[in-house]
Amino acid sequence: MSSLLPLIQNETIKVLKKKRFYVVLLILIVLIPVFTYAQMKIAQNNREKFNQDWRLELQQRITDIQNTLGSDRVPEEWKKYRRIMLQQLQYYLDHDVNPDEPNGVTFTRTFMDNAVTLFIPLLVMAIASDIVSSERSTGTIKMLLTRPVRRWKVLLSKWIVLMMFTGIIVILTALLAYLISGMVFGYGGWTFPIFTGFALSGTEVNFDTVHIVPSWMYMLMQCGLIWFSSVVVAALGFMISVLVRSTAASIVTLMATLIAGSILYNMASSWPTAKYLFMINLKLTDYLAGTPAPVEGMSLPFSLGVLAVWGIAGLFVAFRVFTKQDILN
Amino acid sequence: MNSAAAIVLSVQQVKKMIGRKLIIKNVTFDVRAGEIFGFLGPNGSGKTTTIRMLVDLIKPTEGRIQVCGFDVNRDPEKALRYVGSIVENPEMYNFLTGWENLDHFARMVPEIGDDRIHEVVEIVGLSNRIHDKVKTYSLGMRQRLGIAQALLGRPNLLILDEPTNGLDPLGIKELRAFIRTLADSGMAVFVSSHLLSEIQLMCDRVAIISRGEVLAVDDVEQLLTGRNQFVIWQAKPEKKARDILSASGAVTFFNREDEVIDEAVLVGVPDYAILTETQPESIAELNRKLMEAGVEVEGIQRIMPTLEQLFLEITEGERIE
Repeated sequence: MSSLLPLIQNETIKVLKKKRFYVVLLILIVLIPVFTYAQMKIAQNNREKFNQDWRLELQQRITDIQNTLGSDRVPEEWKKYRRIMLQQLQYYLDHDVNPDEPNGVTFTRTFMDNAVTLFIPLLVMAIASDIVSSERSTGTIKMLLTRPVRRWKVLLSKWIVLMMFTGIIVILTALLAYLISGMVFGYGGWTFPIFTGFALSGTEVNFDTVHIVPSWMYMLMQCGLIWFSSVVVAALGFMISVLVRSTAASIVTLMATLIAGSILYNMASSWPTAKYLFMINLKLTDYLAGTPAPVEGMSLPFSLGVLAVWGIAGLFVAFRVFTKQDILN
Repeated sequence: MNSAAAIVLSVQQVKKMIGRKLIIKNVTFDVRAGEIFGFLGPNGSGKTTTIRMLVDLIKPTEGRIQVCGFDVNRDPEKALRYVGSIVENPEMYNFLTGWENLDHFARMVPEIGDDRIHEVVEIVGLSNRIHDKVKTYSLGMRQRLGIAQALLGRPNLLILDEPTNGLDPLGIKELRAFIRTLADSGMAVFVSSHLLSEIQLMCDRVAIISRGEVLAVDDVEQLLTGRNQFVIWQAKPEKKARDILSASGAVTFFNREDEVIDEAVLVGVPDYAILTETQPESIAELNRKLMEAGVEVEGIQRIMPTLEQLFLEITEGERIE
């Protein structure tokens, strides 16, 4: 009967008028300069140390890694990582490409890589945790569900709006990181070549598939992957928002899970089945950069699959509960 | 009321189990077009649970609820089109203005435009403040806004849950008149309350619910006739009057402490007054006897039984809060 469009319009108005979204923006505007400043300090330090020659710095890092590989006191798993890292750095050196050249685009790329497991999920949660639970805690759900509209339509409109805002948050994070860091490092670097397509086979990095893409394309792929993992986090937050009445409780539940995930990440190599947890798979961008996965047997399609299953399961529970539930309070 | 009028809401043998507890045991009643139907019961009797079932917030375990011929639980998209409701408090979005709230709900119903919003705002008299944030509204204004959203879709059935909550006496009086005009225009109005006097003043018919069961459904007036009436006799000397009344066998005495009559009614009645339950037809005869015996009758006061007493009779003393 009634179409979805007006419902989507309603939900969008509510998200915007509630000002939560502006808090998210404010957090970004306050925090990105802090990271920019830190990055600037690092760049300054390096320049002083190596007399402005990045090749010396890169060579130094390669030597450092080689030294630790010789030591017996370094565990075998760590050595595996380092051997791969070593090969990558060597590749950059041979091709005369500075992987850490400070500019707006490089900063954004690094920032997004680090933001994917906790920072962006937290921002997404600020919207996701509230979108259903707030209707219940304020009692407006009674007004909302006594309209001649099927419940699944109401929930679907909320989910579509949430996906929309997840996308907006990812894009805004990247955009603000670029605009703010660009003021310090300059706005260049869009065509800077980046190596990607590393395929991990055991401990060796397979370079057959490695190719060079310009920075802008790399970032596009990166944002796409971040959006995907954020949507999965949003789906799980959405489910918790349906199940839990209090907004605070739903934020805490998911954040605790995510933080537990980032702790587990470092221990996962000795616990292979951990690779089926969604938290371990959130760093999709690692596959782009060629950073080895924490558990053997993980690959981009594997992680996408695991995340998709978690996300769909979350949505299924959310819709099932929401459409059957008695509204008692 | 006109019993030929169309049945707008039909509730048939509705039961509801929550957990392993049967919360609603058996609720059956019909509401017709143009009448104000009272739903009376103490807090915790299942009033709100029943109302939530009427608007599809809760699914009944058994039984059927139909609005204008459509099953509320199976076909909510059609059935709820004919219903406007306020369930418990009129909770609106605080961070939006009154207008934005109405606009929000209007979008969820097809064919409701700005002109209809203007109309309902005018009807409830909120025009001056409609563009202010709801968080600045008083309880009375929220109640008005709640009624405005309920009227948006031109409903055939208006469901109001404890509508006088938070209103001052003047507001209650206005609301009563307002509900009457709605009913006169052909709308069926369903009003719940735990205040029995309110139902008595407002409603044409009433269903009395207690512990999840409807005990009686009848015209408000019908429920009151045929019952004994309370009569307060003021006569001197009291002793002699009491003896004569007692000898006639037509009266039952009771004390003030029995609390059968509302305390408010007894204000100003002197201590020596005799409280009785008397058949109305025998009052004149008793009066003559008293006069003949030389008792000075100062006053005979008939008190209509209130729904309070009626309710106490039916429920055998379940507490009313």
